[in-house]
Amino acid sequence: MCHPTSPFPFRLSRSNLTTMTTPDTLTLNSWQVIAATDEIPVGSITRTTLLDTPLALTRDRDGVPVVWRCTDEEPGDEIDPETILDRLPVTTGYGFVWTSLGTPPKELFSITEYAEPDRVNMSCGSIGIHVSAPRAVENFLDMGHFPYVHTDILGAEPHTEVKEYDVEVSEERDEVLATRCRFFQPRAALSATDGMEVEYVYRVPHPYCSVLYKSSPEAPERRDVIAIFLQPVSEDRCRAHLLQSMIDSTSTITELRRFQQTIFGQDKPILENQYPKRLPLDPRSETPIRADKSAIAYRRWLSQKGVTYGVIPAAG
Amino acid sequence: MITLYDFELSGNCYKLRLLMSILRLRYDIIPVDFFPGRQHKSDWFLKLNPFGQLPVLKDDDLVLSDSGAILAYLAKKYDETGQWFPNDPAITAEILRWHAIADDITSTASAARLALGFDYDFDVPKAQAGAHRIFRLMDEHLWFGEREGRDWLCTPPHPTTADIACFPYVMLSEEGGIGRQDYPALRRWSDRVRRIPGFTIMSGIFPAGRALEQA
Repeated sequence: MCHPTSPFPFRLSRSNLTTMTTPDTLTLNSWQVIAATDEIPVGSITRTTLLDTPLALTRDRDGVPVVWRCTDEEPGDEIDPETILDRLPVTTGYGFVWTSLGTPPKELFSITEYAEPDRVNMSCGSIGIHVSAPRAVENFLDMGHFPYVHTDILGAEPHTEVKEYDVEVSEERDEVLATRCRFFQPRAALSATDGMEVEYVYRVPHPYCSVLYKSSPEAPERRDVIAIFLQPVSEDRCRAHLLQSMIDSTSTITELRRFQQTIFGQDKPILENQYPKRLPLDPRSETPIRADKSAIAYRRWLSQKGVTYGVIPAAG
Repeated sequence: MITLYDFELSGNCYKLRLLMSILRLRYDIIPVDFFPGRQHKSDWFLKLNPFGQLPVLKDDDLVLSDSGAILAYLAKKYDETGQWFPNDPAITAEILRWHAIADDITSTASAARLALGFDYDFDVPKAQAGAHRIFRLMDEHLWFGEREGRDWLCTPPHPTTADIACFPYVMLSEEGGIGRQDYPALRRWSDRVRRIPGFTIMSGIFPAGRALEQA
């Protein structure tokens, strides 16, 4: 695919054009998710790609992740982490490993519920998708597709209306916040026995991460937390790392994962058929409807922050 | 009582859910965390299937594995019409031929999907090229079939387990970066499969539109 904004001359091969993108400063200096901590082998190497950059990772005997820029390492190679001196910054949060190609902030954004002792916390897998990370965030924010894509689970005809909801960009926390989102859901969670009107709160605390809070069928005064952390592999590919932090005293982890994967598996082909794969930030490039209020705020926020990786920036 | 050891996003497991839905069979599901938990390689699962592959189906005390073998079993045991896996020797051979091709589709189209979506270390261009080669041959076979009034992969004037076996990983091919634009007869066949009475979906496979029914 030709790269419309590429500064490179035409004689470069196509592969060069798609692998040589320089990320914006904010993206380089942010924490970026790369793996579920438990899935990284101890004492041997696994590989991944972040912002077009191949990375190698392992864990030491204490289970602490070590991440570095990959040279000729192969997956499965044995490694003594002590020998890795040129390391990238690492933090762990919400069951995942985060790194940065630049100078990351001291702390990751917070999800306080995660630490509540009675919560069932789990990764539901890290799944590759052929679309940019911001497109995946935007889909996560959208309720309009529930009855059509997640039929009889997160929505059902004729309950297709997205009712008025509130969106703000929180100055204090520098995040997009959508509240009072209500939707009728036939099966809001694995623990749901009946259809119910569910109230959602969405946060976008990081350009490539979104956190969703929804009333828990088991404890209506509390909220289940579902988050999607996108690893920007390239400008048009990402890996979705799925977190669930649930109030559910009866289901097994396997069952809870299955529920979330069923939903994500329905989103995947829809996402991969979006065009263009990068998210257009020019307000004139796509026609929004009322239901897209959070998407509009998200796009504007990305523009204001100067995020250019995985998006088509607005002209001028 | 039938029990299916199942992973929602597995096309091979879906083959059995699909046939059991068409045959209106009742069954229990035991979810297996294939990804990310790799439970199909765990000790308890290897006791059911030492080859460490999904699906596994239990029918009372009988434990079966391999989706193609189980399709044949379910059809022979529970399909009263005798259409899904007919007794005729020539047709049996035809169906088993397509069950083998379904396995080739798994080792190409499904391998590309596992590599791109689930981080498996497979050769993606090779898997994609292999899938295109099979899809081209299927498209020709189906195109000539349509000219002769044959709607399905095998000779009988109704679908068989061959169609069920080949369907899922054809439908999921785009997740492996394998487009189906160039295979119109393959796409028409997949629409016909999706209109079989009792058809059910899996994540990633949507129902066919209503256009044909309304026309």
